Amino acid sequence: MYRYDNFDHQITAERVAQFRDQVARRLTGELSEDEFRILRLQNGLYMQIHAYMMRIAVPYGLVSAAQMRMFAHIARKYDRGYGHFTTRQNIQFNWLKLQESPDILADLATVEMHANQTSGNCIRNITSDEFAGVAQDEIVDPRPYAEILRQWSTFHPEFGYLPRKFKFAITGAVNDRAAIAVHDIGLQAVRNVQGEVGFRVLVGGGLGRTPVIGVEINAFVPWQHIITYAESIVRVYNEYGRRDNIYKARIKILVKALGIEEFKRQVEVDWQFTKDGPCTITQAELDRVSAYFTAPAYQKLHDVDVAKAALQRDNKGYDSWYKRSVKPHKVPGYVSVVLSLKKTGIAPGDATADQMDAAAELAERYSFGELRITHMQNLVLADVKQSDLIALWEAAKKLGMATPNIGLLTDMICCPGGDFCTLANARSIPLAKAIAECFEDMDFQHDIGEIEINISGCINACGHHHVGHIGILGVDKDGEEWYQVQIGGAQGNEAALGKVIGRSFSFEQMPEVLARLLQVYVRERYDDERFIDTFRRLGIEPYKTEVYGTPVEADEELKAPDYELLQVGMPYDMPYYSPRF
Amino acid sequence: MIIKDKTVMEDDWQVLRLAEGETAESVAVPVGKVIVPLKVWQAQRATLQARTELGVWLASDERAEELQTELDKFALIAVDFPKFADGRGYSIAYHLRARFAYQGELRAIGDVLRDQMFYMQRVGFNSYAPRADKDIQAALKGLSDFSLTYQASADEAQPLFRRVARGA
Repeated sequence: MYRYDNFDHQITAERVAQFRDQVARRLTGELSEDEFRILRLQNGLYMQIHAYMMRIAVPYGLVSAAQMRMFAHIARKYDRGYGHFTTRQNIQFNWLKLQESPDILADLATVEMHANQTSGNCIRNITSDEFAGVAQDEIVDPRPYAEILRQWSTFHPEFGYLPRKFKFAITGAVNDRAAIAVHDIGLQAVRNVQGEVGFRVLVGGGLGRTPVIGVEINAFVPWQHIITYAESIVRVYNEYGRRDNIYKARIKILVKALGIEEFKRQVEVDWQFTKDGPCTITQAELDRVSAYFTAPAYQKLHDVDVAKAALQRDNKGYDSWYKRSVKPHKVPGYVSVVLSLKKTGIAPGDATADQMDAAAELAERYSFGELRITHMQNLVLADVKQSDLIALWEAAKKLGMATPNIGLLTDMICCPGGDFCTLANARSIPLAKAIAECFEDMDFQHDIGEIEINISGCINACGHHHVGHIGILGVDKDGEEWYQVQIGGAQGNEAALGKVIGRSFSFEQMPEVLARLLQVYVRERYDDERFIDTFRRLGIEPYKTEVYGTPVEADEELKAPDYELLQVGMPYDMPYYSPRF
Repeated sequence: MIIKDKTVMEDDWQVLRLAEGETAESVAVPVGKVIVPLKVWQAQRATLQARTELGVWLASDERAEELQTELDKFALIAVDFPKFADGRGYSIAYHLRARFAYQGELRAIGDVLRDQMFYMQRVGFNSYAPRADKDIQAALKGLSDFSLTYQASADEAQPLFRRVARGA
């Protein structure tokens, strides 16, 4: 993976010093909260319901064992012993103090990490394919380009105060695992007929209040020009994106308003000034960065899975874990393994400090000391020998990270929701827990097969509800939390936005609503048809009929929602601590 | 007081802003060193161009291109930041310097604060009128938050990877 040189270290150190000074000036009152807010957001620091939250950047989802141990250290020293992995491959800590936040950044800098631009109206952390470099369907390894773009976007002086946040995703595989169609800029690395690398560029995708699938602005931008081309897109957006209405400020609104042809024309006009100029990426720079992403020292192995053959017949637990968690690898004898952070009873994506340390240990023992964080909020060991699988499975089981549910019903995407977030209309984590408990039976989950349930606590869609096969959105009705259900969304190559099935439901009704949607599927499916494919064949009507045909009983065993948290006032009148801390 | 070329100094430029009911055509431009709105310049060009010391300022929704052919007519160009979070002024400055090769004084006016000044300096500003309620000596420190930068901008034509031998 990429390692900092002296220049990276110096820039990171100067950033820590800058933020330490800004925090000090906030504490003396020299900076008002209004002035400070934008500065802290650009360092990943939010003021949430209970305390400050910091979102730490994990560039393109790749972490070393040492970095994972640093997360454990931060969880223990500054937080309450756990952290939350997010859909943008980052990690968040929820219980921090403002005055300790510069120390956290300083600690992170010792392992070549930061929280730069993980929030605010700027270019955010760039996300990528969690199987980059190892996937069988990969055409181009996207990681060197992601790192080059990370450096370009870090403290870009022109783009620190955009109309709204700006997200890049990059993939280099046939199957898009980075959800590039729902990003402000989506980059797909491809090769032209001459075999040269370039990028298919999508623009104007995004979820949130107005979900839009990105459109192609250029079918092939040679890799040398990707900085200047991206810069022209962001510049046109900076100049013309709406600033009068926060809900219409994303680039997708500008692209829609101008039309892709006119938007592209403006980008190309701007690009003519910089194309082939000094910001053109040099072969030397690409080579320098690419050298950090060469293959580890794989052994010469044959693709014979001894472990699987031995255990499959007489160990159902291993067999179902293998089926769900083990992914193909381009090198014979190796696989990638997904460690589930979706154990029933745990908030999706949460990991304790002990789990982080243990995962770091597993990475060192079995996967060349590296891990990846997935946008599905799980961890990946990318380079595991097939002969190590049983030992890894045994170890992961002890850690609670071997739930065989990857890609299944309880592998839900879930935002922090009303338990933590000041924006949320409803709680997400307790609903995810209730759903997980309801459908915990692994035989049932394996029978249902691949399905994605995504939960967002509000319209901002951090839980990606629009692209869940079943998407759940928390809505506010007269101060009470309700949940709107949509179906038919999908991510990846088949990206689509879900359709709302009808009026919303209470917390206690939700498990029954899901059960009914699943009943339609079980009744109507052909052989191996997936939930989403059955939906595409049938359309929405049978699902509506099933769900709304008879009254949905509330499940009395589910605890009534605890509104106390939702009624906590906005903490922003308290400058340094939120009221509940 | 302003900051110019990294020094705190006295300043006798006066920024003209249209009051309610005033129009670009009819507003009386005071004598002396005045920085007029772009619209006033465009409406009163015939009389204003006789002045030896004239400045012009661009609002954040105006374009650098509008001055492209007239850059030599001004002793000073300013860009207004109506709110510090309005980032359009950064692109305006970049265009003036990098595209149109404007060499004169480029001043940030309006909601100008210390913590934005490093980026302002990078896109080409060389003078700043920090908000009056702020300590201008403290604001000066904002210009030296970083000693290294990754990207090219108006202050530095080469990105880091062309400036230095990386990897050390």
